[in-house]
Amino acid sequence: MSAQAKGRAKAGATGPDRTGTDRTGTAEKSPAGLADPSLDVDALLDDPDTRIIVCCGSGGVGKTTTAAALGVRAAERGRRVVVLTIDPARRLAQSMGLSELDNTPRPVKGVAGDNGGELFAMMLDMKRTFDEIVLAHSDPERARTILENPFYQSLSAGFAGTQEYMAMEKLGQLRARDEWDLIVVDTPPSRSALDFLDAPNRLGSFLDGRFIRVLTAPAKVGGRGAMKFLGVGMGLVTGVLTKVLGAHVLTDVQTFVAALDSMFGGFRERADRTYKLLQAPGTAFLVVAAPERDALREAAYFVDRLAADRMPLAGLVLNRVHTTGAPQLTAERALAGAETLEENGAEQDPDGADGSPGSSGSTGAPSASAAEAVAAGLLRLHAERMQVMARERSTRDRFVSVYPDVPITEVAALPGDVHDLDGLREIGTRLGRTPA
Amino acid sequence: MADTPEAGPDWEGVRLHVVSGKGGTGKTTVAAALAIALAAEGRRTLLIEVEGRQGIAELFGIAALPYEERKVASVSPAQLGLEGAGTGEVFALAIDPEQALLEYLEMFYKLGRAGKALRKLGAIDFATTIAPGLRDVLLTGKACEAARRKGPGGRAYDAVVMDAPPTGRITRFLNVNTEVAGLARFGPIHNQAQAVMRVIRSPETAVHLVTLLEEMPVQETVDGVGELREAGLPVGGVVVNMVRPPVLDEAAVRAVDGDHREEVARALVDAGLGGRSRSATGVRAHVEPLLDPLLDQAREHAERVLLERGQRADLEQLELPSYELPLLGGGVDLGGLYRLAAELKRQGAA
Ligand SMILES: Nc1ncnc2c1ncn2[C@@H]1O[C@H](COP(=O)(O)OP(=O)(O)OP(=O)(O)O)[C@@H](O)[C@H]1O
Ligand SMILES: Nc1ncnc2c1ncn2[C@@H]1O[C@H](COP(=O)(O)OP(=O)(O)OP(=O)(O)O)[C@@H](O)[C@H]1O
Ligand SMILES: [Mg+2]
Ligand SMILES: [Mg+2]
Repeated sequence: MSAQAKGRAKAGATGPDRTGTDRTGTAEKSPAGLADPSLDVDALLDDPDTRIIVCCGSGGVGKTTTAAALGVRAAERGRRVVVLTIDPARRLAQSMGLSELDNTPRPVKGVAGDNGGELFAMMLDMKRTFDEIVLAHSDPERARTILENPFYQSLSAGFAGTQEYMAMEKLGQLRARDEWDLIVVDTPPSRSALDFLDAPNRLGSFLDGRFIRVLTAPAKVGGRGAMKFLGVGMGLVTGVLTKVLGAHVLTDVQTFVAALDSMFGGFRERADRTYKLLQAPGTAFLVVAAPERDALREAAYFVDRLAADRMPLAGLVLNRVHTTGAPQLTAERALAGAETLEENGAEQDPDGADGSPGSSGSTGAPSASAAEAVAAGLLRLHAERMQVMARERSTRDRFVSVYPDVPITEVAALPGDVHDLDGLREIGTRLGRTPA
Repeated sequence: MADTPEAGPDWEGVRLHVVSGKGGTGKTTVAAALAIALAAEGRRTLLIEVEGRQGIAELFGIAALPYEERKVASVSPAQLGLEGAGTGEVFALAIDPEQALLEYLEMFYKLGRAGKALRKLGAIDFATTIAPGLRDVLLTGKACEAARRKGPGGRAYDAVVMDAPPTGRITRFLNVNTEVAGLARFGPIHNQAQAVMRVIRSPETAVHLVTLLEEMPVQETVDGVGELREAGLPVGGVVVNMVRPPVLDEAAVRAVDGDHREEVARALVDAGLGGRSRSATGVRAHVEPLLDPLLDQAREHAERVLLERGQRADLEQLELPSYELPLLGGGVDLGGLYRLAAELKRQGAA
């Protein structure tokens, strides 16, 4: 690890002082004249020093798809990869052979590289991960008390940030097993952008917090000290809690919290270790975004947060970008053309309406006007496409002008959903292709 | 499908509209448009935000909302393309769970100094951030309180619209009080939780789901409706958002692809895309390179139309009232929001 870390230290230095490195490729000029370094995804995947790739971004932008596509591509390029997915679409999960949430990486059939590449995938099951921690960190007797506690049962799946925390916990575990040379991590759609970085800390500070000490006061001397310090009588607080919660609830809460407290004994250290792992040069963050105003605003926030936390940003994946094969035809001309054809059609229509189609004379006429209608449709579609592209381009340029050093790769939108290995390969190819 | 404009609104007796849906499908936008639509004819509505994201403020282009009911819009009939008089009002509230908890404790327990002590200890933090269950109790409790609140000459609000958590969490969110009532088997919390559940399960509440005509959002909608029904929660309507009108269908594309390529090329020349050349071959040379790219785009479009048809069929099986909102070209500004509101009104959602 340390040898790799040294090797990567230079290339991965994309903290607050992000600079172009060999990884960021060459700076190119976009039409707007903005410097626009492109992201070389294949180089990132091929670099043996890349050990963890984290795909983050706002909801629905394609994090899970990107993570899975990177996994497939890396494996087919010869790496031994595990992808940790969160809530994949049902059909996508099935295509990767993920039929159950069992928290164990399973080999994905149909994906193999010539030089020993292999793909494993797993879906994260929060409740199970939580239970596993309980079982691993408390004796059987205590574990049973916790697992049966009503508060544990109703809250273990729903703690704020649990999913984020569990994803990081699982990442730490996979990394520790050292069976894969690349781990690709998907992240949950966070309510506030970087919950998965904050969650471990929040849970940690909660467990270290005074309230916990008070709740567990009967069991711990420290609790009373805290109460004295605050100048509040123990009786008053317990009294209020009893009044608000009812005595039996308070007891349940106390048991639960005491159990959590002891079980998360090593919690802080593990959270710190995972956090450091994320900062290490072997890690690469990819911020995924759609070329839309809101999504890019959130992407900007991610980029800032990663820099502030000194997390190594590899670049931005601009997903579902629209393209055209006929850029020479402007939206305006296409629309004007469509209107011309539609006006022609309207003029011909009255004739067609009072006579039968056959009686209109030339047999080619009906088909010609049908062809005109189709052509008008083609032109309208094209105009729409050009307008969308113009919007996407200006949104992208606005981002680039604020973050000129963030390498970008664009992934063209597929017409349908991505739900099988071929679809993932197609996305992978697009990811690997550096934008012209 | 959407009702005829003449029919009365579909949700006549509903006081609390809960708007959920997959992330990013337009929950906040639709909730706001619905609050505007429901405020027509001189009514008062309250739009509630629970995720602490200040999405409402952003949408209306105003400063961050405090934990306080503020007027954010007035609605004249003309703005919704209607006749008649009477200006409606839309208020908004961004619920801050911490303040809501203090308010709640104060209301029920008159805590005074002890409340402050709890706060100092981090108990409020504990309750609102670590235990979302308690958080959700407060959020749903506050929404129910606003929906039931008395005002001069009747209710304080004719309708309350909540921009709710996404489909994946909505059932649990709305049902949290049942869970709480189970945990606290008696006492004040138990009673409060039961009171909230009575409102949420009543015909005065409707849970609407926003979706796009794409696989995942539709799947989530279908699953979400199933979960809501199973939990005995009142399912409202389905709002299909960002709908694009089909321009060409599969058959048209096949026609061009096959024998009619030549005719389409000629039509493109008629459309004035043949360039300046006078010779037939010159014109043709200009149009030829356009054909394949245009056809590719049409094929993609047709594929999407086909997929959308499948998604529509899945939604129809739910047998719920449904509304369709168009995709607005440049995104949703204030004008666009009123357009969507007018559309909801026209289709009978309000
Ligand atoms: N390049 C693409 N072209 C076409 N469809 C895409 C593309 N990328 C993603 N999709 C589709 O978009 C939808 C959302 O993608 P995905 O589930 O990967 O997003 P996500 O960011 O993981 O979402 P969430 O935040 O809900 O976890 C899926 O239906 C997926 O098939
Ligand atoms: N009918 C529409 N036409 C065009 N753009 C739309 C439409 N509805 C919503 N949008 C845009 O889509 C984006 C997402 O909408 P919105 O924020 O309402 O979704 P949401 O479901 O509340 O998202 P989140 O899950 O993040 O809370 C916004 O940029 C919004 O302006
Ligand atoms: Mg995902
Ligand atoms: Mg929203």
